[in-house]
Amino acid sequence: MSGTGVIIAGAAETDEIGRLPNTSTLGLHLEAARNAVADAGLTMRDIDGIATVSAPGPVQVAHALGIYPDWVDGTGIGGTSFLLHVRHAAAAIRAGYAKTILITHGESGRSRVGAPPYRMDLSSPTGQFEVPYGTLGPTTTFTIPLLRYMKDHGLTHEQLAYVAVAQRQWAAKNPRAMFRDVITVDDVLSSRLVAYPFHLLECCLVTDGGGALVVTSADRAADFPKPPVHVLGTGEASETPMISQMVDFTESRMFRQAGRKAFAEAGITTADVNHLMIYDAFAHVPIYGLEALGFVGKGEAGAFIADGNTEPGGALPLNTNGGGLSYTHTGMYGMFAIQEGVRQVRGEAAAQVDNPDISVILGNGGMFSAAGVLVLGRSPRP
Amino acid sequence: MPGKAVPVPTPETQPYWDGCAAGELRIQRCVDCGEPYFYPRPICPSCGSGSVEWFTASGRATLYSYVINHRPAGGFEAEAPYAIAVVQLAEGPRMMSSIRDVPATPEALVLDMPLRVAFEQRGDVWLPVFTPDQEAQ
Repeated sequence: MSGTGVIIAGAAETDEIGRLPNTSTLGLHLEAARNAVADAGLTMRDIDGIATVSAPGPVQVAHALGIYPDWVDGTGIGGTSFLLHVRHAAAAIRAGYAKTILITHGESGRSRVGAPPYRMDLSSPTGQFEVPYGTLGPTTTFTIPLLRYMKDHGLTHEQLAYVAVAQRQWAAKNPRAMFRDVITVDDVLSSRLVAYPFHLLECCLVTDGGGALVVTSADRAADFPKPPVHVLGTGEASETPMISQMVDFTESRMFRQAGRKAFAEAGITTADVNHLMIYDAFAHVPIYGLEALGFVGKGEAGAFIADGNTEPGGALPLNTNGGGLSYTHTGMYGMFAIQEGVRQVRGEAAAQVDNPDISVILGNGGMFSAAGVLVLGRSPRP
Repeated sequence: MPGKAVPVPTPETQPYWDGCAAGELRIQRCVDCGEPYFYPRPICPSCGSGSVEWFTASGRATLYSYVINHRPAGGFEAEAPYAIAVVQLAEGPRMMSSIRDVPATPEALVLDMPLRVAFEQRGDVWLPVFTPDQEAQ
């Protein structure tokens, strides 16, 4: 039998996302947790496992909710952490360590209310060997591999810009998306340069918000108010703490590694996938993701997107909430990618795709640092 | 505005920074498998050997990739936009660096252009940067 044997029984975001100056990072975790537990038709007393990132971390979140869990996971490797939490929760449930696990995300990424201060340790490898050259967060590091890819594979500036254009078409269908006005390649290329070759509209938003999940055994699939979302396959990988040490700037080894594990566990191929979410902190990440997961050959993703394959009406709907580029991006976006996959599989998405039997979520942590992949399905695989 | 970040060496990286202060780019290689590597650490990432040694690299490199950053880090305000580059050393390993004596434009910064190491003082350390290698061109 393939699959992990667990389902996502509850899933919800905070009531609002975007600019929330009256809610702290912890407050966003708690609101999302409450919404997800209610979505599953459960109460906090039913939760016996907790997973989230620091800060505030699983001890704080559990305590604030009145939960004294039997199982705790504080895996914190950036925005993909929540995909790993699902994978680790599946293992814990199979092992009998917990029955009903709550995974939370909340981040006051824009308003910085109750958010930990940014601090760089100048004795760490990154602090010694990258920061002195004038890096300042993701726009200056996550972006560095792309010129190498462009030279080796002929990706054009227009094709890169089209990633943002295609995703805005999805966002235009989503009332919760922060940016909803349809844009053109010229709009993208005439937005100001942030870090050449990246323009502002090729960089993600910075927002406030949260989301949470309730994961439990597939044996209980009929026990919840919403249709079960089966976790068919999972993968995780890590690659590098520093962008300069990425194995090959033209491909993501960790995306490929995590994807292979997840597809094998689910017993699927790319041809089985009806819906895809690829963590898009910047416009090049979906390009690397499509190639690493094997949807297209190396060097082909830019043309694939520019030809309309991933936009509304295309054969492979990608980032259908509008993505980090247009929907929301609190800093650790992975939770929102999972939420959209769950909504699509349940049939309750704002921009609902046809036949959402299988949705694949590819998460990124750090700057091509760590990866997670989930394969979600409407039915358990035989 | 804070000044530019000054790296803080650790015992494992001190020989690298000592080399920079002496005008040499010293990196490590494995005694057992021979593989050179960067950043400094006491275990060979290729074979796991704990038998590693320092050597002085040639200082020659090529431009592997870069961005031209328009949102400066602390201390870099006067230089923006400036290039943040990753160079490939002739010995194989890659490292982040700055490119000097070249305008920070896509036209001037050509991938694979030959480079040579130079050193700049930053606080109490010397930082390796790279300039176009005129002899190689």
